[in-house]
Amino acid sequence: MSTVVSEPEATSSKSRRRSFVPRWLLLVAFVVVVVSAVRIITGQDQIDSPGSLSAAIIATCPILMAALGGLWSERAGVVNIGLEGQMILGTWGAAYFTYYYGPWMGILGAALLGAVGGALHALATVTFGVDHIVSGVAINIIGLGAAKFLAEAYFANLEGGGVKQLTGLDRPPSITLPGLSDGAEAIADKGWFVISDLASVVAALTDNLNVMTILIFALLALSGWVLWRTAFGLRLRSCGENPQAAESLGVNVLRYKWIAVTISGALAGIGGGFLALVASSGFVTGQTGGRGYIGLAAMIFGNWRPGGILTGALMFGYTDSLPLRSADTIHALLLLVAIGLAALAVWRFTRQQTTQGLVFAALGGLFLLWFLVTDSVPREFTGMTPYLATLLVLAFAAQRLRMPKADGQIYRKGSAG
Amino acid sequence: MSLVRRTLMALAAPLMAVVAAMVITSLVVFASQSSPAEFWTIIFDPPAPRVYVNIVNQSAMIFLSALAAAVGFKMNLFNIGVEGQYQMASHAAAIFAGAAIFSGALNVLATLVVAMVVGSLWAGIAGVLRVTRGVSEVISTIMLNAIALTLTGYFLSTYGEKAGNSRRTTVLDPGSRLAGFTPFEERDGAIWTLVVLAVLAGVAFSFVLNKTRFGFDLRATGMSETAAVASGVKVSRMIVISMMLSGAIAGLIWMPAFFGAAYSYGTTFQAGLGFTGIAVALLGRNQPLGIFFGAVLFAFLNEQSNRLTLQSDISQNVVQITQGVIVLAVVVAYEVVRRRKVAAEQQAVRRNIDADKDAPGEAVSA
Repeated sequence: MSTVVSEPEATSSKSRRRSFVPRWLLLVAFVVVVVSAVRIITGQDQIDSPGSLSAAIIATCPILMAALGGLWSERAGVVNIGLEGQMILGTWGAAYFTYYYGPWMGILGAALLGAVGGALHALATVTFGVDHIVSGVAINIIGLGAAKFLAEAYFANLEGGGVKQLTGLDRPPSITLPGLSDGAEAIADKGWFVISDLASVVAALTDNLNVMTILIFALLALSGWVLWRTAFGLRLRSCGENPQAAESLGVNVLRYKWIAVTISGALAGIGGGFLALVASSGFVTGQTGGRGYIGLAAMIFGNWRPGGILTGALMFGYTDSLPLRSADTIHALLLLVAIGLAALAVWRFTRQQTTQGLVFAALGGLFLLWFLVTDSVPREFTGMTPYLATLLVLAFAAQRLRMPKADGQIYRKGSAG
Repeated sequence: MSLVRRTLMALAAPLMAVVAAMVITSLVVFASQSSPAEFWTIIFDPPAPRVYVNIVNQSAMIFLSALAAAVGFKMNLFNIGVEGQYQMASHAAAIFAGAAIFSGALNVLATLVVAMVVGSLWAGIAGVLRVTRGVSEVISTIMLNAIALTLTGYFLSTYGEKAGNSRRTTVLDPGSRLAGFTPFEERDGAIWTLVVLAVLAGVAFSFVLNKTRFGFDLRATGMSETAAVASGVKVSRMIVISMMLSGAIAGLIWMPAFFGAAYSYGTTFQAGLGFTGIAVALLGRNQPLGIFFGAVLFAFLNEQSNRLTLQSDISQNVVQITQGVIVLAVVVAYEVVRRRKVAAEQQAVRRNIDADKDAPGEAVSA
């Protein structure tokens, strides 16, 4: 019944107040309605229970930081494949500084070690003009080797430590809003259409939310503000779009690139620090597991914009955290994907892009068929989702994506002529 | 420039890189309260016979991997996906060989073909995406690496045979195993027969690249795409073909180990060679000879570092730092040398002009 009530509301607001309601808000509303519908049809409450959402937020944070690091660097025109290596350095830095100086210094330590990786990348690409990909690959090798080596050299004899790990670290504090979180959780348990789903989001955000998570989302907002609303950000982005023009206007291009790439490394490092301090119970070598690369994918998926990378990181984080929970939930996701693809198909048809519309409709049909004829999905396949989604987005929307114009190009001082 | 000076210039970059890597490694070892002298003594100790054999075997696989990367690099294609390509290819080849459709040597040959085909198809996805949809091959191959890892893991855990706690593909029929060549005693192990693949691939690589129309087109596209287009090269076709060629070589990487020692795909699979190959290709400047030295250097460091754990308290992971620094240092050094060379040439031109101004008559007569 409730479907009937809410649907006209959404459509009427779309037609009447298009210019007042931002498009992304409509999109969010659409997603909430669809997710809620899928939850009720399949009976899989885990799909957006407070627990699942909390796990998803925790899985999102490191990916978001890597993506944000990529954003800073690429907006200044330097491709940073070395995010993975800088993240790994961050995990070690967080563990070391937390052990000796506490969790707050641990976060700084993660940023510091990541920044060292970023500075190395800046030295090679900006100062020496080495190919960005080559330098990034080398930094990933060095970062992995250095973290393993440093762990063996510094953690082996510590309490809770070993040659490959350091556990039992203090965590940054968590915050719970007592009245709100309990109330929201109670509503979430009722299973009401849309209302329970929104309550679930509130519960996830108010119950046991780590300070570092808040910090990470604040960094996202801050980055968006600095890069798009300040003179500094304008100059930095101009180095990624047209460095010759920037230099002719008096911008010190090389300095801006240096700053951007170092910050990029620091942010990736904080992402690594989150993995060691919040997402798991301590430092383990190799715990980044390719999240630096997923971050890069999230950034491209998000079209080099803060809002876009948040969407990408949330999607990848959600699919990343889900396999740890119920296997049946993953099966329910097939329906969600099918509906999403159908929506894309409709959108394409309205834009007269019949071929793409047909492709999406066919894909949606396949997912629907998969949902109907099977009972479960192999766990491995959800792990593949971020990568497959990125490939598909790149394949179908490469024309809509717009990367910074001089991204990846080597710039030498004085080439403005 | 004189020949001596040119040779010095060519050798300057790798030498600078190795020295820089040694200095930085020493500093890292020193910073962790260990003795750099002890470290280098252990590394440069003459290897035991068993280690020699391992170095040869590992060098061959790293060489193949680097060659695969180099095919792409030659035309500015960053095939980061060698890792995923050889993983998919090795798994498919192991299943095919285990099924024993053919027997004996024929099985070996057919398996090699399967490995090359699967590797080239997996790489071809990235090539086709690049050509038809404009997707950067760097990103698509990174994604394909992750997908390959998941897919092989899924197939292994679903269709693999149980072997203790893990799973593997059907074990290779003894008739198709290749015993290899034992230079020392039996217990020191054998140099795998298919190490010869590395030699063949290296020879074929330099022949195709330097003596054929295709090789010329490939190099031309890498140096200047516009010039290549102007001389009639179909760039998009070249991109797909060279990606697939790169994937085909990648498919061969693990085959020496498979037929020589592993006999099945499972915990015996040696992952990570794809990334090592990229580093070695950069180190060797995409030239077979350079790659050969790079592969031997990396295999040597890997194998010798195993002793560190036994003979000292230095972590063997330090050589990973050494390898990364070598790669970074070598590209930086090449860039520095190139800039110096350009500056030297400009100075030479300037000197000539100045000389001409001083003695206009001579210049005309010369």
